[in-house]
Amino acid sequence: MPSPTRGFPRADGAPVGHPLGAPVKVTQDSRTRGGIGESTLRPDGTLKVTGEFAYASDLWHEDMLWGQILRSPVAHAEIVSLDTSEALATPGVHAVMTYDDLPTDVRTYGLEIQDTPVLAHGRVRHHGEPVAVVAADHPETARRAAAKIKVEYRELPVITDEASATAPDAILIHENRDDHHIGHVPHPNIVHRQPIVRGDADEAARRADVVVRGEYTFGMQDQAFLGPESGLAVPEEDGGVHLYIATQWLHADLRQIAPVLGLPESKVRMTLAGVGGAFGGREDLSMQIHACLLALRTGKPVKIVYNRFESFFGHVHRHPAKLYYEHGATRDGRLTHVKCRIVLDGGAYASTSAAVVGNASSLGIGPYAVDDVDIEAVALYTNNPPCGAMRGFGAVQACFAYEAQMDKVAKELGLDPVEFRQRNAMEQGALLPTGQRVDSPAPVAELLRRVKAMPLPPERQWESSEGADVRQLPGGLSNTTHGEGVVRGIGYAVGIKNVGFSEGFDDYSTAKVRMEVIAGEPVATVHTAMAEVGQGGVTVHAQIARTELGVAQVTIHPADTRVGSAGSTSASRQTYVTGGAVKNSCELVREKVLEIGRRRFGAHHPAWATAELLLEDGKVVTDGGEVLAGLVDVLGDEAVEVEAQWRHRPTEPFDLRTGQGDGHVQYSFAAHRAVVEVDTELGLVKVIELACAQDVGKALNPLSVIGQIQGGTTQGLGMAVMEEIIVDPKTAKVRNPSFTDYLIPTILDTPTIPVDVLELADDHAPYGLRGIGEAPTLSSTPAVLAAIRNATGLELDRTPVRPEHLTGT
Amino acid sequence: MRVNFTVNGRPQEADDVWEGESLLYVLRERLGLPGSKNACEQGECGSCTVRLDGVPVCSCLVAAGQVEGRDVVTVEGLADHARQRAVRDRCKTVSHGAPAASGPSLDEARVRQAEGSDSQAGEGGELAPIQQAFIDAGAVQCGFCTPGLLVAADEMLEHNPTPTDADIREALSGNLCRCTGYEKIMDAVRLAAARQGEAV
Ligand code: FES
Ligand code: FES
Repeated sequence: MPSPTRGFPRADGAPVGHPLGAPVKVTQDSRTRGGIGESTLRPDGTLKVTGEFAYASDLWHEDMLWGQILRSPVAHAEIVSLDTSEALATPGVHAVMTYDDLPTDVRTYGLEIQDTPVLAHGRVRHHGEPVAVVAADHPETARRAAAKIKVEYRELPVITDEASATAPDAILIHENRDDHHIGHVPHPNIVHRQPIVRGDADEAARRADVVVRGEYTFGMQDQAFLGPESGLAVPEEDGGVHLYIATQWLHADLRQIAPVLGLPESKVRMTLAGVGGAFGGREDLSMQIHACLLALRTGKPVKIVYNRFESFFGHVHRHPAKLYYEHGATRDGRLTHVKCRIVLDGGAYASTSAAVVGNASSLGIGPYAVDDVDIEAVALYTNNPPCGAMRGFGAVQACFAYEAQMDKVAKELGLDPVEFRQRNAMEQGALLPTGQRVDSPAPVAELLRRVKAMPLPPERQWESSEGADVRQLPGGLSNTTHGEGVVRGIGYAVGIKNVGFSEGFDDYSTAKVRMEVIAGEPVATVHTAMAEVGQGGVTVHAQIARTELGVAQVTIHPADTRVGSAGSTSASRQTYVTGGAVKNSCELVREKVLEIGRRRFGAHHPAWATAELLLEDGKVVTDGGEVLAGLVDVLGDEAVEVEAQWRHRPTEPFDLRTGQGDGHVQYSFAAHRAVVEVDTELGLVKVIELACAQDVGKALNPLSVIGQIQGGTTQGLGMAVMEEIIVDPKTAKVRNPSFTDYLIPTILDTPTIPVDVLELADDHAPYGLRGIGEAPTLSSTPAVLAAIRNATGLELDRTPVRPEHLTGT
Repeated sequence: MRVNFTVNGRPQEADDVWEGESLLYVLRERLGLPGSKNACEQGECGSCTVRLDGVPVCSCLVAAGQVEGRDVVTVEGLADHARQRAVRDRCKTVSHGAPAASGPSLDEARVRQAEGSDSQAGEGGELAPIQQAFIDAGAVQCGFCTPGLLVAADEMLEHNPTPTDADIREALSGNLCRCTGYEKIMDAVRLAAARQGEAV
């Protein structure tokens, strides 16, 4: 594993210290072990390897019932009639609920726009939309009872693309829209439109020596987290309900659930259950309201677990997209202008489509400095499955297209693709298309240099003394080739992702930190509502507390709604924002502890009043290293507790006409080099290596950082060569809702992923860190595509690439 | 239907089992052993991998009735299983490779006695080497794939203590992980193999 490195070699190769970022501001550069910067191990690791860690689907309660959802078998239809009598009469069934049984007038929900029905009312808008829910004493009873509900549908024509959505006589997916986007969209079947115009692209185009146009297609990707959607709702004596749930944001769930139940938020208690991955797919509600409704109706605990089939219908996917690009450049390899139009398919309900549009447009030309741009992004309402958040969030689709374009332009100019990118790479101080200045390091050229400098895997690596090892060849153990017809290709890509919620969103987090003496030792407890979904936030919180409070023992309190909101585990934001909140609360606790110390011991030593004091190794020490007192003595019986909110600097919305505005908080950059081998006869691809270089600002936990980069890279690889939800364009029905037909990379499909980590501090962020989880998912896909193009000479304007695209059959 | 079988060395009886219930369901919902996971219930992901008479299987594809009278090891029993194997291996070494005596050896019996035979909750302190290696190498993120991978990797190391990378990939090709990109899982298995080698 390459260790994280410091220092930033200049373009001329001369290494210098921290030329682009001031020194990392570590409030307390602690000598306490297990603090930030160390690869401490996960606090939940032992539970997870012994099988004791309770995921949401593992929950169990005395007397509990199982909930089952009946979903629409068609994509677009009127519900003519609905008869639940037979289901209700089934022995073992305790409740059947439809739209008519909803307890209040609030019958829809949504993260931004409340357009999603809790249960369908008169009409279904996509395949798999929930129509009714059943509770029974055995999951199979519930399933069979749901199947006995009689629903008569009258099918309607389906809207599946831009042409059918915006046709003059198009059926409106949502009539009577009154959301805040309706005023500026050109058609009611468009959720949101964001143009971004800076400079004069038409004028600049005249200076171009070459102009390259392309049309690209990006398929629908699924998050495919392994832990299915699940939760347990337990009715409580006060008429409320306690929901144990796998989610990405407890408080956003709460805000949407409580009004539908007709309960004040104080009567809906939420505790995070074990989460088996998320990747954006748990930002929207799935079974939360359904389980609570059934629990309140039956007076019994109700558990709902989706199976894999249902999971494919039970969460939003990554927006598929059509992308139209024009790039111009002068002979000397400088971009003159970029024009693009990005059409994202949001499916039947809004989810986070508007924010995805904001990302796709504002990051639409990539990490390049271009003065004259003309960008437009829209998201459609269609009858396809709803789409929303997935790792990379709008920036992924754009990166696939602009990086394909960069290769095309380089080829036209006869330039090396890396060199051409480096010539146009943005640097600190550059302006985004939105006019926002990039005011932290932007080592785009350097990341490309680093990823290119990594040693290449040996040629014909499948050869061994005993002949060809088919396991190393395209086709693998299917034994389709021994090296005949196999060609190698190499491709590069780089991307830019925003970190945190953008466009003026009040993106805060809350942390409660407590310090006290337990069994003769100072112990810190960190309590946040952050959803740990696997990313390792809990590890990092403990590290921050150790660094800031100088204690060895840190307890991580379970996440719940008894503490303020932590915001979402998405947008690469949790280490930044909830990490920032933990750091801030620790600092406040430290101040209070020192006050107590001054009160108790100040008279004994002048340094209490004069020196800068730190907490280290369980003691109060001066910045000169002199020990003043042990924390055990300072605290005595007193416990110090602080709950405080913390915010990053504010952002502002993008202008609806020009797209100008300081909309983003921070950026994250990664570059990839892919090495592939392609069996050109069968169209089979084997990715041999997928190297990544990423700037992480500061690696709080290097082991986790590398794990995030490798995981994100692999999801990008899946998008390049295998992952796609196939939706029938005639019926808008999902054709492959299973792991048999929707393939994600196995260990055989995944190559070695060497990672080079750069740490250039962002002065605006806690410890100088950067959110890191998403950037590697951006450039991975276009790098693999570039490598396949390099190997085959084919244009390849869609992803994922399937064998027939390579063989032309 | 009633099913009698052995789980992690302890006889178990499951009552009222429905026709068509899988071994996975019986383990998770009737025996209180939710360590084996349910990511697909279609035999595609390996998160439910257990050993049935020593052989790794997807427990979601095994009908509960099929396990009557048989022996199952789940992730909850992995530490114990590894401990007993270590004891057996030590005996083999001591007796210079003579075939292991049938039935528990004296050493093995002592270990069982010392630690109790209750591994149902995965208690009992020490982890199996493969479990420790997964933690140490950073192979656990969300951890949903972990139980199945541990059972599969442990089984591979049992019969192939010095696997090549290609061997590891082949042995774990039925286990999906969505979080890690598999690199740290490779590291973990290499680490467990290396530590196992040192220990001999
Ligand atoms: S749950 Fe058994 S293979 Fe996926
Ligand atoms: S699936 Fe999450 S760690 Fe493997």
